Amino acid sequence: MNSAVKENIVQPLFKNNPVFVQLLGICSALAVTTNLNNAFTMTLAVVFVTAFSNVGVSLIRKIIPGSIRMIVEMAIIATLVILVDQILKAFSYNLSKQLSVYVGLIITNCIVMGRAEAFAIKNGPTVSLLDGIGNGLGYGVVLMIVAFFRELFGFGTLFGFTVLKTVNNGGWYVPNGLMVLAPAAFFLIGAMIWVLKTYGKGMQDDE
Amino acid sequence: MKFVRKALDATEKRFFAPGKPFAFLYPLYDAADTFFFTPNAKTSGTCAVRDCVDFKRMMITVVLALLPCALMGMYNVGLQANRLMEAGATAPTDWHGAILNWINGFYPAIFEPSSVIGCFLYGLVYFLPIYIVTMIVGLGWEILFAAINKHEVNEGFFVTGFLFPLIVPATIPLWQVALAISFGVVIGKEIFGGTGRNFMNPALVARAFLFFAYAGQISGDKVWTAVDGVSKATPLSFATQGVDALSAQYSMSSAFFGTIPGSLGETSTLACLIGAAILLLTGVASWRIMASMFVGGMGLAAIFASCPSITEAFPAATLGPQWHFVLGGFAFGMVFMATDPVTAAATKVGQYIYGFLIGALIIVVRAMNPAYPEGAMLVILFGNCVAPLIDYMVVNANIRRRVKRLEAR
Repeated sequence: MNSAVKENIVQPLFKNNPVFVQLLGICSALAVTTNLNNAFTMTLAVVFVTAFSNVGVSLIRKIIPGSIRMIVEMAIIATLVILVDQILKAFSYNLSKQLSVYVGLIITNCIVMGRAEAFAIKNGPTVSLLDGIGNGLGYGVVLMIVAFFRELFGFGTLFGFTVLKTVNNGGWYVPNGLMVLAPAAFFLIGAMIWVLKTYGKGMQDDE
Repeated sequence: MKFVRKALDATEKRFFAPGKPFAFLYPLYDAADTFFFTPNAKTSGTCAVRDCVDFKRMMITVVLALLPCALMGMYNVGLQANRLMEAGATAPTDWHGAILNWINGFYPAIFEPSSVIGCFLYGLVYFLPIYIVTMIVGLGWEILFAAINKHEVNEGFFVTGFLFPLIVPATIPLWQVALAISFGVVIGKEIFGGTGRNFMNPALVARAFLFFAYAGQISGDKVWTAVDGVSKATPLSFATQGVDALSAQYSMSSAFFGTIPGSLGETSTLACLIGAAILLLTGVASWRIMASMFVGGMGLAAIFASCPSITEAFPAATLGPQWHFVLGGFAFGMVFMATDPVTAAATKVGQYIYGFLIGALIIVVRAMNPAYPEGAMLVILFGNCVAPLIDYMVVNANIRRRVKRLEAR
């Protein structure tokens, strides 16, 4: 059990990170990372969805006919995404408004479908749960790192608290407008992949 | 020259040869060596044709061609500032102002709009720090990457490092210069493998970084003149109100000679044309790109200006080709940016298409999008992106034509 936890939760955080290594889920990483609050909410939502969609798919994996398994997986994922969306709307309406369509778009996040298809369909519910949490967190780590830099340099704040006082508020920091735009997330993710592939242990491409 | 050769050889033996303390900085030594002497290396094998005009000479030619723009630009910075101060504006109060006052102590003509040398010195106080920062930071990155990747430092940076200071406002903070040129060199060039492998012009990438990151300080009315707190719009922002509003403010001859507010070195169309002459006579730049860009831009501008339904909807379209050519970055982009042999289209037919596309698009952006008074920078970057595609189509069309000819036989 212990090694399974390690295998399925720790691996996807860095060594087999869904964004850095498998290059999945990049689109939403661009959209919701302008500040840490959004990124954190998104992380929680994605962890929830990947974890329970994995469990659901794994539980009925033996009775789904192969020809319609995609549709069944999709139905499970869609149910969970709508659930998250409704919970956010009910309990945290402002956040839900800020994240707008991107919560609903978790359904298109390749990581969710990818894990159901690549892992849960072949494995038991417990390891599938761990795998779902691990991959959701692996995605979340990237989101948080990107959002950290974008919020800090784009607005001079972290989680909404002022860290670098901006010129407009009488401070010294000149906010970098590029960081607020979506391409900045591309540059940051690209730079992180570059650093990891160069210095990360065992992460180099096979030559 | 023998003395220089001996000194270089001794330095190599003492410091940069394999096993010596600074062997990892060999690219730095190599750069200095090839700066003074043409490399002595011979090609091996059966093919052995070498041109004396190597990469380094080509780059130095471009730098030479840029000199008129730089000199004219510096003069213009001083001229604009001194004219405004004569009209009652206050002198700069930052460190620029301190240097200016210090020079004023023994050379009062520096605040004299009629003194050519005074205005030039005024501009030099602004240009030189930008140039030095660009060179130190940019070359720093170049040397770092050269040392890591174990290749020699390329001269390409001398052109990038000279182009970039000419396309920024004189009042730009130096830390922004450092940040932008770092972005331009690293993201625009080095991650693709360095000089010759970049698909976008690094100087323009750096400028685009500034445009998006610090939009408030790189555009608008306050940045173009080197005095305190004066807002003076560039001619192109008057152009969005139509040709009459423009010619009420600026004369066409002042736009041609370059005595209008604008980025440091691109205001003077005359200086750009002198540069163009140098580049074309030496064969460094492609005349096809320049010609087709000129035809595409001016042709479309003429069509726009003569079409009442367009000029009614877009006031900026009332500017004829003659105004479009002398304003903003059109001439500078045409001569120095679009013709960059690395990022432009390489096939002959492709160069016609590439130039025409850029020229026409610049006019479309200027005339039809009031949010962007000037489109030269982004349009040329766009042209860089599609250049490989144009080449690909031209090459494929050629292959198809030849296959047909073969089949018909």
